[in-house]
Amino acid sequence: MKLLIAVIKPFKLDDVRDALAEVGVQGMTVTEVKGFGRQKGHTELYRGAEYVVDFLPKTKIEIALDDDQVETAIEAIIKAAGTGKIGDGKIFVQELQQAVRIRTGETDSDAL
Amino acid sequence: MSIKKVISLASGLLLMLPMTVYADEVNGADTAWVLTSTALVLFMTLPGLALFYAGLVRAKNVLSVLMQCFAIACTVSIIWMVIAYGLAFGDGGSLNKIVGGGKILMSGIGLDSVSGTIPETVFFMFQMTFAIITPALAVGAFAERMKFSALLWFTALFMVLVYAPVCHWVWGGGWLADLGFMDFAGGSVVHINAGVAALVAALIIGNRNGFPDTPMPPHNMTLVVMGASMLWVGWFGFNAGSALTAGSSAGMAMVVTHISAAAGSLAWMACEWIRYGKPSVLGIVTGMVAGLATITPASGYVGPAGALIIGISAGVVCYFATQYVKRSLKIDDSLDVFTVHGLGGMLGLLLTAVFAASLDGLGLETSMGAQFVTQLIGIVATTIWCAVLCFIILKLIDKTIGLRVSTDEETEGLDIVLHNERGYTL
Repeated sequence: MKLLIAVIKPFKLDDVRDALAEVGVQGMTVTEVKGFGRQKGHTELYRGAEYVVDFLPKTKIEIALDDDQVETAIEAIIKAAGTGKIGDGKIFVQELQQAVRIRTGETDSDAL
Repeated sequence: MSIKKVISLASGLLLMLPMTVYADEVNGADTAWVLTSTALVLFMTLPGLALFYAGLVRAKNVLSVLMQCFAIACTVSIIWMVIAYGLAFGDGGSLNKIVGGGKILMSGIGLDSVSGTIPETVFFMFQMTFAIITPALAVGAFAERMKFSALLWFTALFMVLVYAPVCHWVWGGGWLADLGFMDFAGGSVVHINAGVAALVAALIIGNRNGFPDTPMPPHNMTLVVMGASMLWVGWFGFNAGSALTAGSSAGMAMVVTHISAAAGSLAWMACEWIRYGKPSVLGIVTGMVAGLATITPASGYVGPAGALIIGISAGVVCYFATQYVKRSLKIDDSLDVFTVHGLGGMLGLLLTAVFAASLDGLGLETSMGAQFVTQLIGIVATTIWCAVLCFIILKLIDKTIGLRVSTDEETEGLDIVLHNERGYTL
């Protein structure tokens, strides 16, 4: 199993959710995060005190997947979350050792 | 005539009796207006100024600012009643040119006491709201790092040693009044006192940790705008109420106050737009405050055209002053009390002389030049008195209980450290 972590632009969340549902990915956890890669921040000004704000709001999606779902999921995310501009985000894939469904006790693939 | 008609006629006549008894002294319309203005000016502090400042500080300090404003309102109210009203408006006997006296615990002020055409109780209350807002304004300078106990002591001593005497000089029959110093609603008594106290406090207590390199943006600009809006509305009580009558003087004061507010807002906004490319909401509301502070001393003496120029000048002058103090001098008068209120008050006092005598001003009893000099004397005297006494008071407090919280406490935030509370549980 794999844990797929995608950091995307916040306004793309609905598109990504829909795209993932279409390829059969049924659950996800979403967090609001801040971050930057190559995208420049912006300047805020308060009565002459100028601040450069590097950290931009992003959305992080975590999905637990079977190994054979990973490629399709990555393609779906890239298509849905991409705008072609700097700041579209990144996808990371981690090994997932174990998964448990709390209600039933099912493990691993049965829990996904 | 029927019994019903006789009774209604008799009750009508009886109801008119109290008015005929007081007709020569207390005027109902004046009283009603000053009562209303009192509420408006208290509203400027609670919650106007409180919200304005609360939104400008970081979230971890939001309650500390609200607490300070609230506690100042309470403390000043009691001190005003116990001693400060008498010091400001009472008869100081042989010292009356410098300070008043008497009326301790409001003794001698009863239902029948009159001040001008209003009950003295109403005058007492109206003036109290001015006394309240002055130290509350100064809170902006030492926000996010001052100890609450120190703030309470400062407020009490400031009231008795700075506010009350200066108030007496200008409005209580003291030496500035004798000189013909013109300050309609508190350019010196309120704004210079607050601004200078703020600057001295900022210098003594020191900059916030991390200033100016660490970003400390306002945590809630919506609160700032809400508070600023309340200040605009409340200021009608501040300036138009200072006419102490319900009539043409109040009407003109309201007009010039409003025009200066609008002009100051647009002037600051324009400066920012030109300089930085985008107008900000903090800029427009600060310009409004600058316009209002500057028109305050002039509000009973100038005409609408003069007010327009006063407002524009306020927006521009205070804008550049704020940039200078913050960016060049790097003094952490956190909420710019000195450059907006202090300088605004000074500018307004000087422009009073100019525009009372020109552009449909309401007239001067002396020449513009002579009045200008008188205004300058008042400005300098108030500034020096306030600066010296605030220095002494703050140093004294610092040596005894300490003015500032520790570095760790400042980092954690005053709400938790001083008040054991959180502003937001989200």
